[in-house]
Amino acid sequence: MIQLRESRFDPWLELQAYQDSLAIKGKYGATAVFVGSMRDFNEGDEVRAMTLEHYPGMTEQYLDKIVHEAVQKWPLLDSLVIHRVGDILPDDSIVLVAVWCAHRASAFDASRYIMEELKSNAPFWKKETLTEGTRWVEKNTPS
Amino acid sequence: MSITVLYFASLREQMGRADDHIEAGTATTVSEVWSRISEGVEMPANILCSINKEYVDAGHSVKDGDEVAFFPPVTGG
Repeated sequence: MIQLRESRFDPWLELQAYQDSLAIKGKYGATAVFVGSMRDFNEGDEVRAMTLEHYPGMTEQYLDKIVHEAVQKWPLLDSLVIHRVGDILPDDSIVLVAVWCAHRASAFDASRYIMEELKSNAPFWKKETLTEGTRWVEKNTPS
Repeated sequence: MSITVLYFASLREQMGRADDHIEAGTATTVSEVWSRISEGVEMPANILCSINKEYVDAGHSVKDGDEVAFFPPVTGG
C-alpha cells in the first residue's frame, strides 16, 4: 500500500495496524522497516519547519513503480510506504517504508531499494524554514 | 496543438507561475517547449522533465494534449 499524508502520522501505530490487517500470517519471517524523520538542523543551520511539495499524480505513480520493481526483484509478500506532504515540523515522521518477506536478505535489500529509489527519483521537494528566511533543499545527502 | 506546462518547487518560484498553456506547431519536443516558455534561456543541466507524469529526456517529442512538467532535482524521503 502506498499513501501520501497531509497530516502527522505515527509510523509505529501505522505499522502495527497494517501488519494486523495482513492475511499472510505465518508466511513472513522478516519485516524490514525504515522511518525517516525531520531533523532540526541541516548544513549547519537550525531548521524550524519544512514544506514538502509533490507532483500530484506523478508522485503516487512513481512510488507505485518503485514498489512494482521491488516485487520483480525480490519475493515480497507485502509492503507499506507512507510519505508526508505539506507542512512538517522537527521530529515529525516524513517517510515509512516497510516490507514483509519470508527471509531477511530480501527484506533488507527490498526496503533499501525502495527507500533509495524514492530519495533519488520520486518527485518531492523540500523547502526549509530557517531562523531567518526559507531555502529549497538542492539535493539529498548521498546516504 | 495545445500543451499544458507545469513547474514545481524552486523552478515554479523562479518562473513566477505554476503553469502555462501553449499552442505549438505540428511537431515539437520537450526542449522546444522549454525554449518557448523560458523565452530562450537555456535549460539548466539539472532540470528534470516529464510528459504525462513519466520522466523523459529533453529530446522527447510532445503531442497534442500532453502535460509537460519541468522541475529541479528531487529531495524527498
